[in-house]
Amino acid sequence: MELICPAGTPAAFREAVEAGADAVYCGFRDETNARNFPGLNFTREELRQAVAHGHAQGVHTYVALNTFMRAGHEDLWYRAADDAVAAGADAVILADMALMDYVSSTYPDQRLHVSVQASASNVDAIALLVESFGAKRLVLPRVLTVPEIANLARNVDCELEVFAFGGLCVMAEGRCSLSSYVTGQSPNMQGVCSPASHVRYREDGPDMVSELAGFTINRFGKDEPAGYPTLCKGRFHIADDDGYAFEDPVSLDVMEHLDALRSAGVTALKIEGRQRGKAYVAQVVSSLRAALEAPKEARAQKLTQLHRLSEGQRTTAGAYEKKWR
Amino acid sequence: MLLPRPLSLTIDKLPVALVQRVVNQAFHRALQQHPDLFDRLGNEANKRFCFAPTDLDFVFLVHPESKFIHTFRKAAQPRADASIAGPMLTLLALLEGRIDGDAVFFSRSLSVTGDMEAMLALRNALDDCSFDLPRDLAAMAGPLALPFRRIAEVIRHRALKGMA
Amino acid sequence: MGPVPYLWSGEKWRDFYYRIAESGHVDAVTLGEVVCSKRDHFTRPFLPQVIERLTAAGKSVAVASLALVTLEREAAQTRRLADVPQLAEANDLSALRVLAGKPHLVGPFVNVYNGATARLLAKRGAIRICLGPELPAASIASIISGAPGIEFEIIAFGRLPLAISARCAHARAKGNTKDNCQFVCGDEPDGLDVDTLDGQPFLTVNGVQTMSRHCQVLLGDLPALVELGVTHLRLSPQDCDMAAVAEIFAEVRDGRVCPEEGIAKLKIVYSAAPYSNGFLHGAPGMNWVAA
Repeated sequence: MELICPAGTPAAFREAVEAGADAVYCGFRDETNARNFPGLNFTREELRQAVAHGHAQGVHTYVALNTFMRAGHEDLWYRAADDAVAAGADAVILADMALMDYVSSTYPDQRLHVSVQASASNVDAIALLVESFGAKRLVLPRVLTVPEIANLARNVDCELEVFAFGGLCVMAEGRCSLSSYVTGQSPNMQGVCSPASHVRYREDGPDMVSELAGFTINRFGKDEPAGYPTLCKGRFHIADDDGYAFEDPVSLDVMEHLDALRSAGVTALKIEGRQRGKAYVAQVVSSLRAALEAPKEARAQKLTQLHRLSEGQRTTAGAYEKKWR
Repeated sequence: MLLPRPLSLTIDKLPVALVQRVVNQAFHRALQQHPDLFDRLGNEANKRFCFAPTDLDFVFLVHPESKFIHTFRKAAQPRADASIAGPMLTLLALLEGRIDGDAVFFSRSLSVTGDMEAMLALRNALDDCSFDLPRDLAAMAGPLALPFRRIAEVIRHRALKGMA
Repeated sequence: MGPVPYLWSGEKWRDFYYRIAESGHVDAVTLGEVVCSKRDHFTRPFLPQVIERLTAAGKSVAVASLALVTLEREAAQTRRLADVPQLAEANDLSALRVLAGKPHLVGPFVNVYNGATARLLAKRGAIRICLGPELPAASIASIISGAPGIEFEIIAFGRLPLAISARCAHARAKGNTKDNCQFVCGDEPDGLDVDTLDGQPFLTVNGVQTMSRHCQVLLGDLPALVELGVTHLRLSPQDCDMAAVAEIFAEVRDGRVCPEEGIAKLKIVYSAAPYSNGFLHGAPGMNWVAA
């Protein structure tokens, strides 16, 4: 299985290549991708250099253009696709059907991957995208169990890529407006979720309180491991109880299911984390690379350090295991 | 990893003016070697950032746009748009991008307050910069450049082992 | 009238639509389970008689697809939509494939963010698209002008669908899992409140769906919506007298009642949630922007 690794900066890109990535995915410095964070991402020139560096090392570059085109401003996305193709991207990762249509008709030879943000979670949805736009690979939403993924793999005409490690969307990706409901900015439109501009941390006695647009999202006791102030991983009052209504601060880790995913016919494993530092990229990519190549019994030992890098310093197999639901 | 107590006590006894002189020189040298820093910072370069090592009695206020750094005693509580507090060696490791800021934050050994957009931009800008403080600052030590670099590298190596 | 998002008993659900059939202010009804396939058996036995009653009353009736399709059983249910005699509303990409080539509706769970996507869907047979909740007026205007020849619908009343998950937060809140949920979402016919730790009203949980806590009310924005080219106003059922809600919207639309008075009347019919209209104004969705 291929290892697909994140890069938010050229420095992280080089670390990912060094650490054993088969492909690195990245995006431009604007709202055309779903990690449109301050100080992150690539200029056109940086992308060209990254692609060349990757190719010299036998590593592919995928360019994420995985937000939805803002009505009336579609050109921003079309030009980004043009520039990604011109830079030599080995694949573009798309979510908007009209952008898929543009790329497949303008650049019929360009390899097209469907982003997780397109929310294609079943045979017919995937077939629609393969038939209409010639999609070669589909990144599956984190809503399926391993047996469900295996069933899909048997019945679709494209490669499947699944998230193996990193941040975990609790909600079906590409179908979540929680962030814009509270802040006015969403993953689909602006490429951000619970944006930093709306986040504040406040010390309250020994506690640390995280707020989003003035709403309390969480309260961490002294030394309690913290997480991102994302809405779906906040602590709330629900049904007469205070707790994590949707999900704890936790990251995804499905390395335990590696053999099942492999025999299910999954083509590629994706690591989330374009917003993370290069130190994270280096450590996670090298650990997963080592685990992929290790015999089953030696695998866990290669991954022992990773939970410390995770939200709340904990991991879960999420929807890949039925009991999570 | 905290600075050894005798060391932090010694540093705390230094006059502010002396610390300011050394820090200022280091800051300007580092900026000279990494002009690309400003590119990623964008408009956030106009914010005031406060770095507060929890194991020292000093805080450092930085205004990237005007290439300004100023040293204060902690009690002075200078006004900043965004502040970050943590052990000195952790802050230096972050500056070099050798540890992942989010992971340190999750572990609660780092606290951040104020304008998070500015803080995130700074973090990402630094992360792409490939600072190497022992290398970048060695020249400041003049004839002692080489021993300075060696010693600094040993300290860094030990500190990172404690954080990884 | 949009589909009932909540789990109501079959009888309550049937009687709700019987009342809607009698309303002179509702022109079109989209119904069917959108949120959770496990709930389907509650209403399915009543579906034929409800459709018959609504059709006899002159309503245009459409059957909605599920929003999130993962199981084989759900995929099969979606495929059967190709054969229903009524219009079908696609709420997942799978339904778009199943319905391709025949006239159909597109619901708010399919991502349509620009005119080019709307044109693409129109080419495949979409005749009316209900746009998703987070679009600002500028985008709505551009989408509508970019896809002439089809109709557009906006959610003008009701809690907004914000997210859907493989996990059931409703069952979890009551100590159950999704697979053994005991249909606890039926205990809250208007959704389960989620407050912040400081007690601020925040979100609503409805089975696997997360909805806004605020109820979207676009009464003050109706002239603007007409100007944008919106042809249909979707009223999304809350646990209240929806025929009365429809009447108030019709009165304000027709200029017989001013928006302020309409809102005052609406507050008598439905006061369980604060009102919002922020998304339309490019603001956070929970905000209220005065006309």
